Amino acid sequence: MSLSARVVVARGSLALDVAAGVADGEVLAVLGPNGAGKSTLLRVLAGLLPPDDGRVEVDGAVWDDADARTHVPADGRSLGVVFQDALLFPHLTLGENVAFGLRMRGVPKATREATAGAWLDRVGLAGLGDRRPAQLSGGQAQRAALARALVVEPALLLLDEPLSALDARTRLTVRAELRRHLADFPGSTVLVTHDPVDAMALADRVVVVEDGRIVQAGTPAEINRRPRTDYVARLVGLSLLPGTGEGRTVRLDSGGVVAVADDAAGPVFAAVRPESVALYLSRPDGSPRNVWPATLAGATLHGATVRCELTGEVPLVADVTETAFAELGLAPGARVWATVKASEVAVYAR
Amino acid sequence: MRRRRVRLAVPVPLLVPATVGVAFLVLPLAGLLARTPWAQLGSHLATPGVGQALRLSLISASLATLLSLVMGVPLAWVLARSGIRGRSVLRALVTVPLVLPPVVGGVALFLVLGRNGLVGSWLDETFGITIPFTTTAVVIAETFVAMPFLVISVEGALRAADTRFEDVAATLGAGRWTTFRRVTLPLVAPGVAAGAVLCWARALGEFGATITFAGNFPGTTQTMPLAVYLALQRDPEAAIVLSLVLLLVSLATLLLLRDRWLGRSGTPVA
Repeated sequence: MSLSARVVVARGSLALDVAAGVADGEVLAVLGPNGAGKSTLLRVLAGLLPPDDGRVEVDGAVWDDADARTHVPADGRSLGVVFQDALLFPHLTLGENVAFGLRMRGVPKATREATAGAWLDRVGLAGLGDRRPAQLSGGQAQRAALARALVVEPALLLLDEPLSALDARTRLTVRAELRRHLADFPGSTVLVTHDPVDAMALADRVVVVEDGRIVQAGTPAEINRRPRTDYVARLVGLSLLPGTGEGRTVRLDSGGVVAVADDAAGPVFAAVRPESVALYLSRPDGSPRNVWPATLAGATLHGATVRCELTGEVPLVADVTETAFAELGLAPGARVWATVKASEVAVYAR
Repeated sequence: MRRRRVRLAVPVPLLVPATVGVAFLVLPLAGLLARTPWAQLGSHLATPGVGQALRLSLISASLATLLSLVMGVPLAWVLARSGIRGRSVLRALVTVPLVLPPVVGGVALFLVLGRNGLVGSWLDETFGITIPFTTTAVVIAETFVAMPFLVISVEGALRAADTRFEDVAATLGAGRWTTFRRVTLPLVAPGVAAGAVLCWARALGEFGATITFAGNFPGTTQTMPLAVYLALQRDPEAAIVLSLVLLLVSLATLLLLRDRWLGRSGTPVA
């Protein structure tokens, strides 16, 4: 393990207590809602905030140890940090920004200019070294911020919502580039984000933090397929139905019964993808095993599909095409029938 | 980007007092211009006393500003950034000279630095230095009165500055002193400049503390405001000419400040 950390911080209503390890070359995403303590965790790892308790160790060097009263401040750590807003120094040129870390390490001017130039080249900003940050687009600024963080070849790279300040189109390209740079980065990376797409696209492992605790950890695929909390389920767009397995049915805690394809026993989650839910105005003929009456609580348009929030004994989210939505003449408050094939319901232990 | 403002009609109960207010502020200055003996302007300005007073004023105000920068910027940083206890008390103490009648400041300085004062007697006995009624006293009196303007201005700039830039500098390996020099100071440079100009203007106009602590000796302690006061009793025309010079210097200061304040923000001044 290159980074191994346990961080405890109590601040007002926040009680943060998480432990995590990140190997060399590995990217760990810390996914969680606002106020979950993600940024606090990042500030502790960066040395900007001493933890109340715990230990932070990178490559065998102890950066924080509450018991031994060890605290290495940020400027003593081998770090690179990219913040949400690129935070390029406005009074310095792009080249001077990227070279800042090298300057602090006493690298001679000629060398640091050459290195900074090479990094600007690498992030696709060749020839812009003389520009001022105010003259850059959001995407360019964030690329420069990445170069500034990586130029010192840090042991630990911290990314704090690096893409969330960008517009949707720029985010796509910068995300793809970031993925490439992270693949080349030999140290450990911690990515803090509230966007599951960032976590899925960039991370090797994900920890989900809610209210200061890790509520789920796993690979992006696991998190994506088998969410364990409502928050994660909403993020990955699944309806999460906690219940008790009784053979090929799951009796939901909220009432209602879901038919499933595999045997299930004990406390389980049943998870339903929005695209596997079909809606009808009258009870459908034939024998889909899961048919529930429901009320359309809300509908939002995503591209060409309409995401429908359904309430009833089995609360679900359904995606239907815009055309189908129009043909059914649906409007919030409408009574509908929702069906899901048993084979489309994922079941896993709680 | 500049938002377009909708022009609102001014209600009469606001318009009338506002107009009177403008007249109240502008008329005296207009009166000064109207009474200026333009024909004899050159000869008045050529009087040796005028040049002497003006030079002394400019030099002492500049020295006072320099002194204020050296002490005031670090003080502002302590007030804005440090976590020391009793910060609000400290701020109150620092800003007392802002509201204190300058004459009282002069008396206080005299009691401390005068020949029989707490520090003054020691200076006199140990080094044979006496401060009152010297040009040094002028600079000290002006610094005492003007420095709070700089401190308040710089502290405001520091509070408004985004501290995340300092976090970034730290993560890039900059210690606190380096961060201050390379990041914080350039970021608040416009605020420091504005504070310095304000401080200089205040020092230039200083009267009460100066005449109390430094006296009124032509050549060594008689600054422009003192010269104006004295001239008004002897030779009102000379007083008007001297006042005109001070008015011009003030207007120039205002122009300089306006450029700092309305200039492009975020671009470096240094």
